[in-house]
Amino acid sequence: MFDGISTQLLFSQLLIGLINGSFYAMLSMGLAIIFGLMNVVNFAHGAQYMLGAFVTWLLLDALGIPYWGALFIAPVVVAAFGLITERIVLKPLQDMDHLYSLLATYAVALIVEGLVRQQYGSTGLPYSTPIPGGINLGFMYLPWYRLWVVLFSLMVCVATWVLMEYTKLGAYLRAATEKPDIVESFGINVPRMITLTYAFGVGLAGLSGVLAAPVYQVSPSMGSTLMITIFAVVVIGGMGSIMGAVLTGYLLGIVEGLTKVFYPEAANMVIFVIMILALIFRPNGLFSGKERSL
Amino acid sequence: MTDHATGKVFAVDDLKAWYGESQALHGMNFDLGEGELVTLIGRNGAGKTTTLRSIMGIVKNRTGSIRFNGEDLINKRTFQIARAGIAYCPEERDIFSALTVSENLSLPPVLRPGGISDKDLLAQFPNLERRKGSMGTKLSGGEQQMLAIARILRTGSRFLLLDEPSEGLAPVVVKEIGQQLLKLKALGYTILLVEQNLRFAKSVADRHVLVENGRVVDVMTTDALEADMARVKSYLGV
Repeated sequence: MFDGISTQLLFSQLLIGLINGSFYAMLSMGLAIIFGLMNVVNFAHGAQYMLGAFVTWLLLDALGIPYWGALFIAPVVVAAFGLITERIVLKPLQDMDHLYSLLATYAVALIVEGLVRQQYGSTGLPYSTPIPGGINLGFMYLPWYRLWVVLFSLMVCVATWVLMEYTKLGAYLRAATEKPDIVESFGINVPRMITLTYAFGVGLAGLSGVLAAPVYQVSPSMGSTLMITIFAVVVIGGMGSIMGAVLTGYLLGIVEGLTKVFYPEAANMVIFVIMILALIFRPNGLFSGKERSL
Repeated sequence: MTDHATGKVFAVDDLKAWYGESQALHGMNFDLGEGELVTLIGRNGAGKTTTLRSIMGIVKNRTGSIRFNGEDLINKRTFQIARAGIAYCPEERDIFSALTVSENLSLPPVLRPGGISDKDLLAQFPNLERRKGSMGTKLSGGEQQMLAIARILRTGSRFLLLDEPSEGLAPVVVKEIGQQLLKLKALGYTILLVEQNLRFAKSVADRHVLVENGRVVDVMTTDALEADMARVKSYLGV
């Protein structure tokens, strides 16, 4: 196809890009929802994602609950953790500069990561794939589980977007993002809505963690390494824009994958080069103004 | 339900409010009877808007008593005050730019029976019917004001706090808003209106509460106001 580049390499990197993109999309979407409503950059997002993967591993290891059970239980457990975090840590800080909340979420991330590391060590824990096997497409081998991750995350992203754009609840959220006092003066319990939205965003991080457990090693640092990229995705897509976060997530996953094929040396930095370009030429994000922002 | 002791549906007693260290209200006292339309009149910075925001609990640092239907609301949160039956239309209109006219209109939930249906609201405000697919902030100032008033009517609340609905609008639009307020009054709504436009205030209200430096300095009926305009103008600084 291209000189010196095999089709198999190209497509396998495209698939890896799409898989990474699925995680980028889901995580940055949760981050965008939280930022949109609370103006808080949730630095604990990576730790909450890692928690999702750990809960999945623990459910199997300690209770014998397999992946399909964890797919429902782990996000709820992580969302409950988010709910408690919001009540105990973020709510008391809500009337102060948002920088304090940002720092508080960073502290939560370090504490959670530290506790997990102390308990289970730094080495990654393996989690076997719940859907073994795959299909040989001729030009590449497609493992079933990876196909499931791409399709399921796409479904979650679309469902969340529809929820935000086309439901009454979404209208409340978009309105509260703009003018929380006025929405509360309509009789809507905005403080509770903020708590639940944070829990929902955190639950999405937990769900990503469940999906990630069989793909990556379950380790305490799996979230913190990924988060730097996720922040770049959110900045490129436009802070607080759900559609922007999702599209940028998939797009950058693919760009990263393709860079590995054509110029592997740049693969780790291509996203950040794009981030700098986006900040210079479209500081509000690539997709700002393309949708009704959250 | 009115307070049996006073016959008033709403009463503010010794209301004080602060923005940080700075005290904005220094003990406001006034009341409203059921179905009454009362204005808060005073110059810029007198504390009129702060009074409405304190009643709604948007200004949280406040003391005193705010009695509505016999219940004290001073320790209630904003959403609980709204659920008690008070609706608030802010000075800036605060139409949501991320929502269409239709979405803006149907955003406030129905809190109690007796709210006006969306269909009737669109019939009452025909401009909104024509522009219901547009984004909220694309409307003209007058249309945004109509939308801001219309949307709180669907909640079923019978006590309305309106902050300067005439501000920055053409005389013909101000007249139309005045007609809408009189219609609401005829329907039995109790209305507390912040106003600087004296002519507009006189054309719609029963009584006027004159506010200066965060205190009530006088309460006058419209007839008394007409008779002593010089005094009123001295308060307003015009």
